[in-house]
Amino acid sequence: MDLLLPGFGLFFWTAIAFLTVMFLLKKFAWKPILEALNEREKNIADSIASAEKVKAEMATMKSEHEVLLNQAREERTLMMKEAKDTKDRIINEAKDIAKEEANKIIVEARQQIENQKNAAITDVKNQIGILVIEVAEKVLRKELQNKAEQENYIKKLAEDIRLN
Amino acid sequence: MKNSPKTSVKSVLLAFFMVLISTFSAFSDPQMTETAHAEAGHEATAEANHEGHKEGKLDIKGEIFGHISDSYDWHLFTLGEGHEATHVSVPLPVILYNPTNGLSVFMSSAFHHGHEPAHGYELYVDGGKQKIRAQDGSKFYDISITKNVLCLFISVIILLVLMTGVARKYKKNGINKAPSGFQNALEPIIGFIQDTVAKPYLGKHYLKYMPLLLTLFFFIWVNNLMGLLPFGFNLTGNIAVTLLLALVFFVVMLANSNKYFWGHIFNPPGIPFGIKLILVPIEILSNLLIKPAALAIRLFANIFAGHTIILSIILLIFIFGGLSKVAGIAFIPVSLGFTIFMFFLELLVAAIQAFIFTNLTAVFISQAIEEHHHDDDHGHH
Repeated sequence: MDLLLPGFGLFFWTAIAFLTVMFLLKKFAWKPILEALNEREKNIADSIASAEKVKAEMATMKSEHEVLLNQAREERTLMMKEAKDTKDRIINEAKDIAKEEANKIIVEARQQIENQKNAAITDVKNQIGILVIEVAEKVLRKELQNKAEQENYIKKLAEDIRLN
Repeated sequence: MKNSPKTSVKSVLLAFFMVLISTFSAFSDPQMTETAHAEAGHEATAEANHEGHKEGKLDIKGEIFGHISDSYDWHLFTLGEGHEATHVSVPLPVILYNPTNGLSVFMSSAFHHGHEPAHGYELYVDGGKQKIRAQDGSKFYDISITKNVLCLFISVIILLVLMTGVARKYKKNGINKAPSGFQNALEPIIGFIQDTVAKPYLGKHYLKYMPLLLTLFFFIWVNNLMGLLPFGFNLTGNIAVTLLLALVFFVVMLANSNKYFWGHIFNPPGIPFGIKLILVPIEILSNLLIKPAALAIRLFANIFAGHTIILSIILLIFIFGGLSKVAGIAFIPVSLGFTIFMFFLELLVAAIQAFIFTNLTAVFISQAIEEHHHDDDHGHH
């Protein structure tokens, strides 16, 4: 039964030792250790949270980039198309203008040719007229050299006039 | 004649303890423990010798209780046999206070192992346990530095040095450097106490009780392990120590208890008057007596039983040896096998009992500081 009876001396020393050690450890060991552990725990949690946040931000940024890239791509396509259209239009316009111009030139040339031709024809006609008159004059002069023939011709002409 | 098997026992014991000691290498200098074990081996056999010769046969009860009880000197071993035996032990200070004679302080060697009285007191052995009585029969208070008090002081120093060392590391390195050395060993344990004991039971108040829980856990654990070292220490297997630890818990629980706790004890809600007459005494007993007593007795009994079993198994060698020399030698391997097994079991028990004490302390405190009412804390103890 001695076993179950607490000895006073040991009880006394345990009380002193345990309370002292608890007080000292609380002040010099548990407090700094627990503070450090909890701070680290918080630090890690914060780090993970901020990493998550950055990840999320990156994801948003990436999707934004994607959107921007797509927009740029679309814009580029659009611009290319516009440029092509403009090019085609300009070429066509130029072609049209050139054709018109050419037509105009052709028309003018034709006109000029016509004019030249007409002038030439007129000239030829005049020349021919002059030649005819000269020939006629020469013929008349030769035919009307004697008086009888002159009278005859006048009579004839007079007859023509009466008839007219 | 008896000497030859016993020397072989010594050497086998020694070899076995050498293997065991590697488990404790973190806690002490290997050189020191080696000699300590050698001495312990001597002690077990030498004392068996001594007692056996005096009584004519082995005094099993005295042998076991002599080892697990407190004593006024730190007995290492005994040389020689019978009356010529020389006891080699470290004397420890005896401090006695007598209201009439005043304070007497002297080394326990003054008693010459109980052969001579000193300062009006005499030492005697009762059932293997050393006791002091005044020669004139007067009453006195005994606050001697006994073997267990020495163990207590050593463990306190170990705790202070280890823990403040680790704390200093945290202060020096800050939180951004990876823990190193003993810090690594301590951190998961502290985290374990915090996350599985303190936080689940004590909720948001947990930080207030962490110093108590941590000190209890490490104090009990270190002393349980000290008890396994063959120095003959048995601090946590002593009812005085476990009672004090339980009292500390009890004071903390009472100091922090709230009105729900007391209301629950003296006026359990929603229970008819007739049943209250029965229930209130039960509640008073369970909360104010059984809780601390359960803590004290559980730890004491576990450690005490472990030590007793190990000693009994070792003593079986000598019991069989007493019957016949051959039987004694034949039983050595069996006994050693069991002892090794028990030692590993006790290593486990050392940690488990420290954890259980801490855990129950947290549970009981949580019941005293609980804000909301739960009816399920009847009869759980």
